[in-house]
Amino acid sequence: MSTESTNFEALSVESASVVRQVSTWQRLSRNTSVRVGGIVLALLVLISLAAPWMGTVDPTLFDPASRDLLPGQKGEITTLEGESLEHTFLMGSDSFGRDIYSRVIYGTQVSLIVGLATAVVSMVFGVLLGLLAGYLRWLDGPMMRVMDGVMSIPAILIAIALVAMLKGSLLTVIVAIAIPEIPRVVRLVRSLVLTIREEPYVEAAVSLGTPTWKIMLRHILPNTIAPLIVQGTFICASGILVEAILSFLGVGLPPDIPTWGNVMAEGRAQFNEYPHNIFFPGIFLAVTVLAVNILGDGLRDTLDPKMAKRI
Amino acid sequence: MSAPILEIRDLSIALPSGGDRSHAVNHVSLTVGAGEIVCLVGESGSGKSVIAQSVMGLLPKSLPVTSGQILLQGEDITHAPLSRLRELRATRMSMIFQEPMTALNPVMTCGDQIDEVLREHTSLNAAQRREKVLEIVREVLLPDPERIIASYPHQLSGGQRQRIVIAMALVLDPVLLIADEPTTALDVTTQAQILKLVLELQKRHGAGVLFITHDFGVVAEVAHRVAVLRLGDLVELGPKDDVLRRPQHDYTRMLMSSVPRMEVTERPVPADAPVVLQVKQLAKTYRDKGWFGPAREVHAAKAVNFDIRRGRTLGIVGESGSGKSTVARCIVRLIDPTGGEVLLGGDDIAMMPPGQLRPLRKRVQIVFQDPYRSLNPRRTIAEAMIEGPMNYGTSREEAMRKARELLEFVRMDASSLDRYPHQFSGGQRQRLCIARALAMEPELLIADEAVSALDVSVQAQVLKLLADIRDRLNLAMLFITHDLRVAAKVCDQVAVMSKGEVVEYGSAAQVFGSPSHAYTRALFEAAPGKGYEFGAG
Amino acid sequence: MAVFLLRRLLSTIPVLLIVAVLVFLMLRLTPGDPAAVLAGDAASTEQIALIRESLGLDRSIPEQFAIWFGRMLTGDLGQSYYYKMDVTSLIAQRLEPTISLAIITIVIAVLVAVPLGVLAAWRHGGWLDRSLMGFSVMGFSVPVFVMAYLLIWLLSLKLGWLPVQGYERIAKGVGPWMRQLILPAITLSVIYIALIARVTRASVLETLGEDYIRTARAKGLPEVKVLLRHALANAAVPIATVIGIGIALLIGGVVVTESVYAIPGLGRLTVDAVLARDFPTIQGVILFFSFIYVMVNLLVDLSYVFFDPRIRY
Repeated sequence: MSTESTNFEALSVESASVVRQVSTWQRLSRNTSVRVGGIVLALLVLISLAAPWMGTVDPTLFDPASRDLLPGQKGEITTLEGESLEHTFLMGSDSFGRDIYSRVIYGTQVSLIVGLATAVVSMVFGVLLGLLAGYLRWLDGPMMRVMDGVMSIPAILIAIALVAMLKGSLLTVIVAIAIPEIPRVVRLVRSLVLTIREEPYVEAAVSLGTPTWKIMLRHILPNTIAPLIVQGTFICASGILVEAILSFLGVGLPPDIPTWGNVMAEGRAQFNEYPHNIFFPGIFLAVTVLAVNILGDGLRDTLDPKMAKRI
Repeated sequence: MSAPILEIRDLSIALPSGGDRSHAVNHVSLTVGAGEIVCLVGESGSGKSVIAQSVMGLLPKSLPVTSGQILLQGEDITHAPLSRLRELRATRMSMIFQEPMTALNPVMTCGDQIDEVLREHTSLNAAQRREKVLEIVREVLLPDPERIIASYPHQLSGGQRQRIVIAMALVLDPVLLIADEPTTALDVTTQAQILKLVLELQKRHGAGVLFITHDFGVVAEVAHRVAVLRLGDLVELGPKDDVLRRPQHDYTRMLMSSVPRMEVTERPVPADAPVVLQVKQLAKTYRDKGWFGPAREVHAAKAVNFDIRRGRTLGIVGESGSGKSTVARCIVRLIDPTGGEVLLGGDDIAMMPPGQLRPLRKRVQIVFQDPYRSLNPRRTIAEAMIEGPMNYGTSREEAMRKARELLEFVRMDASSLDRYPHQFSGGQRQRLCIARALAMEPELLIADEAVSALDVSVQAQVLKLLADIRDRLNLAMLFITHDLRVAAKVCDQVAVMSKGEVVEYGSAAQVFGSPSHAYTRALFEAAPGKGYEFGAG
Repeated sequence: MAVFLLRRLLSTIPVLLIVAVLVFLMLRLTPGDPAAVLAGDAASTEQIALIRESLGLDRSIPEQFAIWFGRMLTGDLGQSYYYKMDVTSLIAQRLEPTISLAIITIVIAVLVAVPLGVLAAWRHGGWLDRSLMGFSVMGFSVPVFVMAYLLIWLLSLKLGWLPVQGYERIAKGVGPWMRQLILPAITLSVIYIALIARVTRASVLETLGEDYIRTARAKGLPEVKVLLRHALANAAVPIATVIGIGIALLIGGVVVTESVYAIPGLGRLTVDAVLARDFPTIQGVILFFSFIYVMVNLLVDLSYVFFDPRIRY
């Protein structure tokens, strides 16, 4: 009867239970951590892009007469053509007479590239292997054993060993840092695949006759993007840190490439008298990694709160 | 009449801002007297749980009491300090909750958890406390009390754990017991035992009980008085028979008409309809190859036989672990049977390899229990609906046209197509899932506890829809449920399962009217409020 | 329980095997000829060939692995190219400083981090919680060596309270031993504290959301008991787990810390060996560290038996 059905509609508590959702972009832009981390990171990207115009000189230039200058002192620097320029060493100079300010600013480029590349490389391989492990039962066992094995060797040691054995170039460093990060991504993707496969909407897709590859593409992958973005951010932070550590120990990028780690490695010996060698790059390093980590925290809180427990 | 144990006067509790309602509870007043059981009933969002927790002072700060009073034996505890509330908890008022599986601390023995109550509120010594603990454990009818108090919660069943929770609540003889859906998570037979226990203990101790539930059968079984809540408002309050048999408020009347009866209404159907599904000796065994010790075998389904004809509904009824869901999933080939035949119009799909299986998947479709997880949250309804037909070669336009037709069929608006699942309620989502299943034009539709997660009024509507569909499309339907009332309402034939086997199989009228197997009889015996005539006047 | 213990013990074996294979492959598959390196620039081809033979580098890879693995099981990790002594003795020599540093760091970290994490979870959203989370993020972000220099500059150079670098053997007295290790231990513990505090807080928070906490409160128990006997007791397993996993971070940190503070331990050895391209030493040290890591985590897993009765029965 129509009166009965309208009665139902009017009295039913159904409509009251509909959840109103704010769009993802809105939630992201409202989160303080995302804002703070994002802005600082954007600034750093800007700095790295604008490096040549920020009052810097070629970071490889040096001048024996300008060795070990304190921050703010003026000195001379010899250009490639042999000219001598007057230059204010905002952050002082190192024991070769190189401008630390320029080296730090240019170092931003290297760090950001290494961070990003590490994240991308480890994610690409991690996702591939994780999907395979999640879907091919026969592969799952052996692969996870190998991943456990890789995770049992502390990441720094793998990175150090690999960089030392291969030639120290940008590519080598990126690969060396990315490899130890891959198992964690594999684990994450695998557990996501296994969980999502159990969801009723995936089972519905199976009974609707959807082939496995389509299920992976349409149902599984989109629901893994959020946790992967968060994980990727943290890997980026880790990558920047590890590169700095490797360079600092002398097993990273070649000394002529200006990276924060290299600058600090050079300044180690005179730390007592000239701490500026360590502190300026150190501050930049800390701020950068901090910004990326804060961004990651914000992304995690917005996109995937459940991940906080997964660590 | 003596003074009420609990008096709630004009209570209002606010919800956090930004929601669709301002208050969880709106000016509710009710009383609970000594020795009486007052049932708080309502559907989702009614506020019944919030009221229960506010009495105990367990509400988070985000749900503040904005007006009204709560009086326990005359004492105003609405804004009492935490220290006073702690003194009253377990000594004068106790609460038992819905989920026995998670209500106990996994790393403490059951005995220690009961002992904690005594240690906190009394000055008895260890020996005296142990005596009291054993006594209360005996009172809640747990066998072998010494062993039980030394056990950890994971070593006990759900029903046993609930008894421990009751023991903890009653050990200090409180005057008020608040029970928040205490049997909802339990099997029908266990539920009956726990309800019986609560009634006995209540009578013996003379406590007042505030019993929260959404199950009207349970209300019929235990209540003295009933309070009906809707979205925070108290719409009806009175003695049980008044409210349940002669409801005054429209909402209550609607609820009473939605509660399915335990009687079967036979439908006239042609006896020679073709057989759509034939299940022969279906078996699903899980083998755990133990490293040390013998391999363990679990027979989730064993020698299951039944068939379903076109236009008929077969119900599989059973408690959890009976194997009913396993059978359904074997038929849809979401899991692979380990033995037997599943004949879909002549084709045996039980052991078919996946390649051969695909074209036959169209013939059987399934609707799941949880409407909140049955639709991919990142895809629109349109994409969900056209996925199936497009897998079998239907063009996109054709599939969309069909989708629109089907939406009308399930009484949903065509604009739903562009929306996302989170924009719909539970009942609406279930309808969308039904439409999605129908898009494949199946011969057999399986509903796996498809209405179990829905409110009673919504349930009634979805059941009506399913019956409509069956009749208009002349579908065969397989209805899995643990709810006997629902089975009585929609099924033509019934198979009762227990521990993986079919113990009884026949027409609904036969099985409900004169059950032959002991288990079936026990099942019906345990159904709360059977025979009660809701809304009968 | 016996099944759990046995299964856990046995699963260690394949992991250790894989570690061995990985370490072996890592160093064997890299370009460059170790024999030539060892022989030096002025060597003749015959001399290089002799060295190659003596090192067994002329055999097939699987053969080399078998020999290497067999020797490793008997405790023979080869001869260091650089230090001209056997690797096992080399490791034994450098063991004490690293172990001392590690133990003090772990003790400091656990004693500081766990209570902080519990308090932060309890006062969720309060100033303690927020400052702890802030400190934790900084702890992850400021690299170990920057922290080290900061502390050295502040406490050694400016205030002169503690020595800058170096190490004293415990045999010479606990006092000086401790004095040398305080700064390095504090430096190293920062990142460990950040990790443990964070996970403690998250685990306790999650536990506080469980049903049995509500039951405990409904029984009228005071918050302290709820927090300790009900929440923390159940959060113990994830906390223990992260203490074990964090050892990897610790080892990484040890390498850098020993470098900065000039402590003659295994971390320094690693760096020196890498700079000198001393393969046997590198292999030996990595194997040793990985072995320790696997063993520590095994112990942690075995400790679950005490924390979780579900495993016992």
